[in-house]
Amino acid sequence: MGGLTNERSIAQYHRMPPGSQPPSLYEPYRSTVRRSPTKPLIVLPHTLSEITGPLYGHEKIGETDNDLTRQHAGEPVGERIVVTGRVLDDNGRPVPNALIEVWQANATGRYRHHSDQHPAPLDLNFTGAGRTLTDENGSYRFVTIKPGAYPWFNHYNAWRPAHIHFSVFGRAFLTRLVTQMYFPGDPLFAFDPVFQSIPDEKARQRLISVFDLETTQPQWALGFRFDIVLRGRDATPFEA
Amino acid sequence: MDLVPTPSQTAGPYFHLGLTETRSVKCIADPQTKGERIWLTCRVIDGHGAPVNDAMIEIWQADAEGKYNHPDDAQDKAGETTVDPAWFGFGRMPTAEDGSCEFETIKPGRVPGSGKVLQAPHLNVAIFARGVLKQLYTRAYFGGDPANSEDPVIALVPPPRRQTLIAQPDALRPGHWSFDIHFQGEQETVFFDV
Ligand SMILES: [Fe+3]
Repeated sequence: MGGLTNERSIAQYHRMPPGSQPPSLYEPYRSTVRRSPTKPLIVLPHTLSEITGPLYGHEKIGETDNDLTRQHAGEPVGERIVVTGRVLDDNGRPVPNALIEVWQANATGRYRHHSDQHPAPLDLNFTGAGRTLTDENGSYRFVTIKPGAYPWFNHYNAWRPAHIHFSVFGRAFLTRLVTQMYFPGDPLFAFDPVFQSIPDEKARQRLISVFDLETTQPQWALGFRFDIVLRGRDATPFEA
Repeated sequence: MDLVPTPSQTAGPYFHLGLTETRSVKCIADPQTKGERIWLTCRVIDGHGAPVNDAMIEIWQADAEGKYNHPDDAQDKAGETTVDPAWFGFGRMPTAEDGSCEFETIKPGRVPGSGKVLQAPHLNVAIFARGVLKQLYTRAYFGGDPANSEDPVIALVPPPRRQTLIAQPDALRPGHWSFDIHFQGEQETVFFDV
């Protein structure tokens, strides 16, 4: 195997459908104004550099890495929740051994982070960071507490809807995804420029987790489902 | 294609908590990794010329032979189908107050591109930050490398902008390179739509 023929026949990944991703510049989100490119991006054909990427699965995930309620001596304050879902590619195939990292505010809307100045209490029993790997079906599961909404300085009376930050590594450097999971029915959606930056209404809705009675554990925790779709590729190699 | 990919959202200002506080990777190459050892300082600058002190940079690169640690890289290099065993190829660091972060690694070899040409040695770079709604991709090539003139990706870039993709050697410290990433302005870095 190997040899030049093989190296040049690379099954290209799908391009993002129009409207499914936020633009770089979205003026209502003020920080994008000085941090977005002004010149058009250069479209790259996919080479080995783009279709490879860090693969996980070998690494040990600690026992409490996916249970943010058991990382300290006591239990954190807040509404206990189970967040579960599958990571799929856009062909509908599961992505196994995908590393998922999460971080979030505590129940009062405060991050354990030196630059978070929100005057809400920290919780000694909550760090707000976790990680896990998807199994062979692409499934993952976290136990945590529901994060609070928090204010920010984007505009007058600006509040972020409650959210959990997700970082996902798929099979390639170009499938790398950092996103945020929201909760159903949040009254702040209409006022949040980060959420509203996604042009396509249906694409936007995909960031809202779904309340799931089956995941919900009696007398213990509400369950939410959040499925994640990464870019997939054509079945047949393209002769570049 | 049946499903639509999940939208990206900004990593925000607090990503350190979940990503780099405990899981940053400064040393991409172990001491036993084969290759020419280099130190790369990346610096991120915003549209007003101010350093960006809350960005995260991720690097993905091939080993010294030009092979990625990935099953889709089926190249047979130097008679070996496996990558350097001391090689993973991924790094990530948050930027400091001055907008910079440093990686220790090795200079990668040449990997095949599209067409019949090998690509010049390069690092694949992704930038995440508050105000960046989806990560920006660029590449760091090495100033003075003769392969740059035949690189098929550099060739896609209008000539006046090519130098934004080239890391510069530090004349005083051998092995040290610097790579500035400008979101905007006269020196705006070339970003790629992958
Ligand atoms: Fe947040």
